[in-house]
Amino acid sequence: MIALFIRDLRLAVRAGGGFGLGLAFFLIVVVLVPFGVGPDRAVLEPIAPGILWVAALLSCLLSLDRIFALDFEDGSLALLATSPLPLEGAVLAKTVAHWVTTGLPLTLAAPALGILLHMKPEAYGYLFASLLLGTPALSMIGTFGAALTVGLRRGGLLLSLLVLPLYVPTLIFGAEAVRRGAEAMAVQTPFVMLAGITAGAFALLPIAAAAALRVNLR
Amino acid sequence: MSIWEYANPKKFMATTTPIAPWALYGSLALITVGLCWGLFLTPEAINFGHSVKILFVHVPSALMAINAWLMMMVASIIWIVRRHHVSALAAKSAAPIGMVMTVIALATGAIWGQPTWGTWWAWEPRLTSFLILFLFYLGYIALWSAIEDNDTAADLTSVLCIVGSLFALLSRYAVRFWGNGLHQDSTFSADKETHIDPSFWWPSVISMGGFVLLFVALVLIRTNTQIRLRRADALEARNRRQS
Repeated sequence: MIALFIRDLRLAVRAGGGFGLGLAFFLIVVVLVPFGVGPDRAVLEPIAPGILWVAALLSCLLSLDRIFALDFEDGSLALLATSPLPLEGAVLAKTVAHWVTTGLPLTLAAPALGILLHMKPEAYGYLFASLLLGTPALSMIGTFGAALTVGLRRGGLLLSLLVLPLYVPTLIFGAEAVRRGAEAMAVQTPFVMLAGITAGAFALLPIAAAAALRVNLR
Repeated sequence: MSIWEYANPKKFMATTTPIAPWALYGSLALITVGLCWGLFLTPEAINFGHSVKILFVHVPSALMAINAWLMMMVASIIWIVRRHHVSALAAKSAAPIGMVMTVIALATGAIWGQPTWGTWWAWEPRLTSFLILFLFYLGYIALWSAIEDNDTAADLTSVLCIVGSLFALLSRYAVRFWGNGLHQDSTFSADKETHIDPSFWWPSVISMGGFVLLFVALVLIRTNTQIRLRRADALEARNRRQS
């Protein structure tokens, strides 16, 4: 599992693409928003947490189809399925690798981009914490979606259609946690729910994703 | 005699072909009675005026939108556990009907909301949950149509349906947490005293019964169609092999 994790990390970094691209997309979306709604501080300040969360979610979506597609094409996914490592474990390793290459950089970059959107200073900590808790769930749900659509030739658009509704609860609780934090309200409930979604996704979705992979490899 | 006998497509078709038209006629009769009673013979409600009468379409369609998904979930689980093709096809047949019911519920809700709440749309928990449910139907149908191999499609959509049910439930609670409601609390319930005037209660119940029967009839007809489509595909494949 660890070997697979390190292999995926190496591939992501060396092949270019996913690693930097997600971050660049994140930056561009955040830069585009003020062009759309105007540079007014009174407009940007309340919507900044929501924008950052939606942008993070979209850039997470970008690299999802790479999780299994290449391995499926060259047959290494079939090798993984027949290896002694349970397919659920392989799914988990790939999810963590995806998170380290997209979710983690996004989390680290988000507070810096908050400056561009005039986010309240009190909200930075909450934004960082909510993204740190929530992006693993995004990676896990996305991996499930990627496992469902891996056998399709043009699965990219379908993948977004399948995965985006599944992202709704994570987005709601994540953005709500930051919004409440910025307004100095109680943040315990959204944080607990966010952690619950992440933990639940990591417990259950590897099984579903592995089941979908087995069907696609049949 | 067990319910699993109907997993045999032939037996299923033989049993349901005579039932389906009767369910359809019954549902048409019930809907006609429910709607006529509801539209012409009920008083106007205080604060609502005539607009309350859309209730007799809005509530049953919303009911069926949710129950269609539940039925699809049960059928998906049966397919995964027992591999009965009829079950997978029934789930496939129910999806577009459920989606149409969701659209009807959303549209009538918008038409009703305009005069009473003063807005076509509000980001309100129940409306938002229905919109999300609509997106789930969309994804499910899109996945079915994207995969060519029937068994693969049935397997993958079943997994999606089960995972989707969990997330739909989660979304419902998330959305409730996130927005404040305009809807009244539940009006119809089986165990408590109803909060609705009896003059409205009977036509709504009849209308609901009509929608349930309509759903059953449509699912049966569509499932039969799907079985025949499968047979046609099999015949074609056999002909191609022979020639």
